[in-house]
Amino acid sequence: MTIPLAYYLTLSAVMFAVGVAGVLIRRNAIVVFMCIELMLNSVNLTLVAFSSFLGDITGQALVFFVMAVAAAEAAVGLAIVIALFRNKKTVNIDEINILKW
Amino acid sequence: MTPESLAFFFLAAFAVTTAVLMVLQRNPVMSAICLIGNFFALAALYLLLRAQLLAVLQIVVYTGAIMVLVVFVIMLLNLGDEERLRERYDYKMALVLVLVAGFVAELAYILFSADGLPAAAGLHRQAEAIGTVEGMGTALFGRFLLPFEVTSLLLLAAIVGAVVLAKKKA
Amino acid sequence: MPQQLIGYAVLLPFLGFLINGLFGPKIRNEIVIGTIGSLTVGAGFVIGCLNFFSMLGMPPEDRAGVVEIFPWIAAGGLQVSVAYQVDQLSVLMLLVVTGVGFLIHVYSIGYMHGDPGFWRFFAYMNLFIFAMLNLILADNFLLMFLGWEGVGLCSYLLIGFWYDRKFEKGTTADAAKKAFIVNRIGDFGFLIGMFLIYTTFGSLRFQTVFAHAATLAVGAPVALWISLALFVGATGKSAQIPLFVWLPDAMAGPTPVSALIHAATMVTAGVYMVARCSVLYALAPAAMETVAIVGAATAVMAATIGLVQNDIKKVLAYSTISQLGTMFLALGVGAFTAGIFHLMTHAFFKALLFLGSGAVIHALHEEQDIRKMGGLKEALPITYRTFLVGTIAIAGIPPFAGFFSKDEILWKAFANGHWFLWAAGLAGAGLTAFYMFRLLSLTFEGERRWEAGKRPHEAPRSMTVPLMILAALSFAGGIAGIPASLGGGNAIEHWLEPVFERADRIMALPGHGVEPLEYVLMTLSVLVAAGGIILARSWYLGRKEIPLRLSQKAPRGYALLLNKYYVDEFYDAAVVRPMTAGSEKLLWKVIDVNVIDGIVNGTASLIGWVGRTFRMVQTGVVQNYMIVFLAGVVLIVGWLLAK
Repeated sequence: MTIPLAYYLTLSAVMFAVGVAGVLIRRNAIVVFMCIELMLNSVNLTLVAFSSFLGDITGQALVFFVMAVAAAEAAVGLAIVIALFRNKKTVNIDEINILKW
Repeated sequence: MTPESLAFFFLAAFAVTTAVLMVLQRNPVMSAICLIGNFFALAALYLLLRAQLLAVLQIVVYTGAIMVLVVFVIMLLNLGDEERLRERYDYKMALVLVLVAGFVAELAYILFSADGLPAAAGLHRQAEAIGTVEGMGTALFGRFLLPFEVTSLLLLAAIVGAVVLAKKKA
Repeated sequence: MPQQLIGYAVLLPFLGFLINGLFGPKIRNEIVIGTIGSLTVGAGFVIGCLNFFSMLGMPPEDRAGVVEIFPWIAAGGLQVSVAYQVDQLSVLMLLVVTGVGFLIHVYSIGYMHGDPGFWRFFAYMNLFIFAMLNLILADNFLLMFLGWEGVGLCSYLLIGFWYDRKFEKGTTADAAKKAFIVNRIGDFGFLIGMFLIYTTFGSLRFQTVFAHAATLAVGAPVALWISLALFVGATGKSAQIPLFVWLPDAMAGPTPVSALIHAATMVTAGVYMVARCSVLYALAPAAMETVAIVGAATAVMAATIGLVQNDIKKVLAYSTISQLGTMFLALGVGAFTAGIFHLMTHAFFKALLFLGSGAVIHALHEEQDIRKMGGLKEALPITYRTFLVGTIAIAGIPPFAGFFSKDEILWKAFANGHWFLWAAGLAGAGLTAFYMFRLLSLTFEGERRWEAGKRPHEAPRSMTVPLMILAALSFAGGIAGIPASLGGGNAIEHWLEPVFERADRIMALPGHGVEPLEYVLMTLSVLVAAGGIILARSWYLGRKEIPLRLSQKAPRGYALLLNKYYVDEFYDAAVVRPMTAGSEKLLWKVIDVNVIDGIVNGTASLIGWVGRTFRMVQTGVVQNYMIVFLAGVVLIVGWLLAK
């Protein structure tokens, strides 16, 4: 049997939800970052699935750009984490609360 | 059960498992490795969807570059299984789980309601043609030329930003 | 067209106020200041004469006109202009106010000589004339009210002119405050009347209101309420029961002020107002009754108080109150013209009497107790003779002016069936004759009782010439109203007839030809007056023991009269003290501090509390923000799905 589109989308949805949960629960900044990457990838899967099922290259081209942006974001984000670590000696995001009331 | 569908189910299970493991692991290095596993599963799924270029790019860019960078940073900061970084099982976690469950429920509802998705049989007959390097290349240098060029600017900005942010104070 | 000059008549005194008020201290020359002050009023008099003579040349129906100066308020349904009604009544009032006012201004140049506030005095006096002219010339209630309040203000300023002087139990400032506050109570009534007029007739212009009013039925309740409300204002301004208590205290001000404001002009504003609204009163017979009864009661009561007062100005003050009561009596029985006629003659002789008393006070260096006067006949001949003329006039002896006006009132009262009021008026006339001649005798005649060392001298010409002019007017002023029974044409009645036409028609009083009864009443009143004069002269010139023994035999009665029936004390206990105590204990300490400050401060602290509470949302932890974000997404998507 062929896998219907819905299955791919369901998988993507589940991965996205797991990513969201991870972002909200984990306290290690780098793990949070990795969960964000997981969310991005789930979206990529959705896009590719639609692209393949609808025959339109647009979805895959978009995934291409998402990857490029994710790479850029990874670089800058981790640079920030490093800078943060240098200043506060921790990557526990609960402790990075200078904008507190 | 065609081999394709078997492969799909296996890969899907693998992807979900690694994702969940990644979220639950205490050691960040283990999390990273789980995520890498997840990315491999995704690459295979792309292949099932006949998106060849993207499958390769997934491995090269995501696992090869991004995850390497992440692992590198973890090693650089010498993060182990620190006590301080352990999660607390408190009301926030419960609330998050409730919200996420609701979120999933909504998504399920959208996906499986009557007028949900195109009653597609299977992959488009053109799927194989468009997923190739040729197909992607034609699109990227054709329709999506401008975003393509702009992305290079984006990467330049990212490089400069990363260098500036991570530099040691002189 | 002389009518168009009316605006200048009002404007010039205001300019005089500005010039003397702003540049007075720089000018410093008394003659200049006094001349500026007097000429502005004199110009008003000239303009009044021009109008009067031009009106004489017109047929009676054409005499009235309205001069609009500029539109003042245009707010929805309320359209009020600054406009002046030039008709027989207002021109008459204009002549009286500016004529007598001019004489008093000239008098003041001499009287206020040497006073450091000379310029201030003339500035205030001109401002007063300005306000008074607005009052009598206005063509609508609102502008009249502006003048009404303005004269009240100027009265306050001028009563308290010597603001640091002691006066009775307080200072002159207290007397000024009393005048203003009591007036304010009356003004409240005036305002209520105005509101009722506006809601009933939709306009505040006299012509509109009165034309409309003439269509109402006699006895209409709205007319009753309006008339009574306006009359409350009149009792305040014209010192009737129950709001007369400020007038005797107003004697704290300089004598020219007493002459101008509290004898000739401001106090007559109430009379003028009631006369102007004759239509409304004619529609409410109950209100007319009230006016007449209050007037008669005030006339008698004030006269009895005046019998025993020992301060020269106080006697004259109570006399003023009494005469005003007589004027209201006239208005109340429907004799509007008689009331205005008496207003005019009263202005002449009361101003004369006050100015004369001022000359006496001036001569004796600020002595006002008549027990310390006497025998001034030779020292102050002109003052004495003019004062005599004024006294005879007020006593109502023909052919002096007071006789004709007072008699007209008494006759009309009797003829319209109000016998009790006629009797009260007659009694008042008798008492008036008595106490005025008591005053004259004790002040000018008999032996000299003044302290040794004082050398009374006659006043300068700036003071005596106005006295003489006013004396001439007091003597001859009656010509304006010689009744038909005595061969005259009663000119003033015919002059004012068109003004009161509507009211006369509504009242439908039976007309009277010349009746023998009139002669009887006339003779009676002359006899009563003569009796009072003779009694006064015999007691106070020869047999002082008689009144002395009387006062000793009835000490409580005497004390009652001397202390003005304890009305002031009653008001103090019944009104002033409870209000002060209530204000302090309740309004201030409870409501102001706790409630109002509580609300204000409470609002501020509530906002502060809200801010402090909402601030807690900013925990600084990004995950919390994202949880909220996710919750929002879930909710919105769920809501969209549910639709």
